[in-house]
Amino acid sequence: INTYRTSSNQLCSSKVFIQRHYSSGTICKFQTKFPSELESRIDEQQFEETIQTLNNLYAEAEKLGGKSYLEGCLASLTAYTIFLCMETHYEKVLKKIARYIKDQNEKIYAPRGLLLTDPIERGLRVVEITIFEDRSIGSGR
Amino acid sequence: MKNCEYQQIDPQALPTPTPTPQPHHGNDTEKKKEPRRPRRKWEVFPGKNRFYCDGRIIVARQSGVLPLTLGLILVTSGLFFIFDCPFLVKHLTSCIPVIGGVLFVFVLITLLQTSFTDPGILPRATPDEAADIEKQIDNTGNTSYRPPPRTKEVLINQQVVKLKYCFTCKMFRPPRTSHCSLCDNCVERFDHHCPWVGNCVGKRNYRFFYTFIVSLSFLTAFIFGCVTTHLALRAQGGKGLVFALQESPGRYPLVICFFSVWSILGLSGFHTYLVASNLTTNEDIKGSWSGKSGEDVTNPYSHKNIFINCCSVLCAPMPPSLIDRRGFLPADESAQTGSADIELPTLAAKSEINVVGAAFALQKSPSPVETSLPAVAPTQHLSAACC
Repeated sequence: INTYRTSSNQLCSSKVFIQRHYSSGTICKFQTKFPSELESRIDEQQFEETIQTLNNLYAEAEKLGGKSYLEGCLASLTAYTIFLCMETHYEKVLKKIARYIKDQNEKIYAPRGLLLTDPIERGLRVVEITIFEDRSIGSGR
Repeated sequence: MKNCEYQQIDPQALPTPTPTPQPHHGNDTEKKKEPRRPRRKWEVFPGKNRFYCDGRIIVARQSGVLPLTLGLILVTSGLFFIFDCPFLVKHLTSCIPVIGGVLFVFVLITLLQTSFTDPGILPRATPDEAADIEKQIDNTGNTSYRPPPRTKEVLINQQVVKLKYCFTCKMFRPPRTSHCSLCDNCVERFDHHCPWVGNCVGKRNYRFFYTFIVSLSFLTAFIFGCVTTHLALRAQGGKGLVFALQESPGRYPLVICFFSVWSILGLSGFHTYLVASNLTTNEDIKGSWSGKSGEDVTNPYSHKNIFINCCSVLCAPMPPSLIDRRGFLPADESAQTGSADIELPTLAAKSEINVVGAAFALQKSPSPVETSLPAVAPTQHLSAACC
């Protein structure tokens, strides 16, 4: 079977999607319910910790507080042109999240044949976890 | 799992004769046969939007009356500066063109930002996600012949909110998200589609929109006041009001402003109310939280405090654009979308490869590949032979 794969050379993969959790409103939060497909791969506590950390990071990105209000007010005074040259608070946290996911993949998920996809690549809809079933596993890309 | 190894597709085995084997990833790197420049994601964007400056600027396909809006603002302000300002500077104060200038710049910048910013478009679900959701919906044990329910109920701040499934974007819409038929996109915190600015107003550009209409109200009122003063002073100067009106082309701003100031002021007032109660135009029009159905419904998103509501709507951290317009498509997909071969759908349909890549590429680029895209069902990828 030729590999038409996009980002990974592994063939036998299935995906699990962790959906968003909306009970707190529209803020970005993912469900911490442990999917059954991962039972044989990783322990529940580890998984929950990853998702919870992600949720905390997103909460930090969207946090309303003195600092963000100040930023918003100053931006409005410049007719928001300041967004063109400055990195917003949200973007800074997104970079942090990307680093965290990369780190988690390298240390915890790849050795178990799993791969976390950064939710921003899926429009913050889901956390996509790819499960590789090939024995000759390399590090997931 | 021996059969998880790579197997080359034998081109001869395919019914459609392929003159050259597909020069894709995998083992051969025959990319040199098809030197395609890497494509950016905006080029294959499925919604009805147009992009300029290599994806930096996004507008709705129908620009609506944006040129008219711009024209009115420019002409009115231009006439004001040319005909009224000199008189007023001479007779009153030179602050007038300064204030007018600042307001004018503010209005223009916020208008362009409202029009050219991604309002909060949600990218469509990938085929894998869509298949997963379909599976979940079907698994709800629906045994009747009716189609399975396409709504999901969630509890937000003790308020039941129904999430609808979007058939175009293949996902359950997050709360406050609505699908704009003009732009063919799901937009977060959808307020309305504004023809005056030629774009949807949603989560990301609402603050620009609000600043635009508020500063436009000030500008319109300011010009109206100045022109009235101008004409009044001229009329006093001797010859009467009628002559003053006939004499100066500065009267045109008066007419335009007179007719528009009420509606713009009204709109600003309405949106100020919406901001203070953390509502969207969409919710207000539909009466989602007004309790007209008799139930005790309250807006679950309101912070119950006007100041906090205003801050959360206008001064919250600016959310990022989720559609990543300027990101590059992965090289294999851009090669696939670029090749526009008729064999593509056949190949994808016949071979039991992981069609995710192909399906994604095919779905994302309806224009180059004109053959029957729906032939590639998202479930095909699950029949990957190895597993």
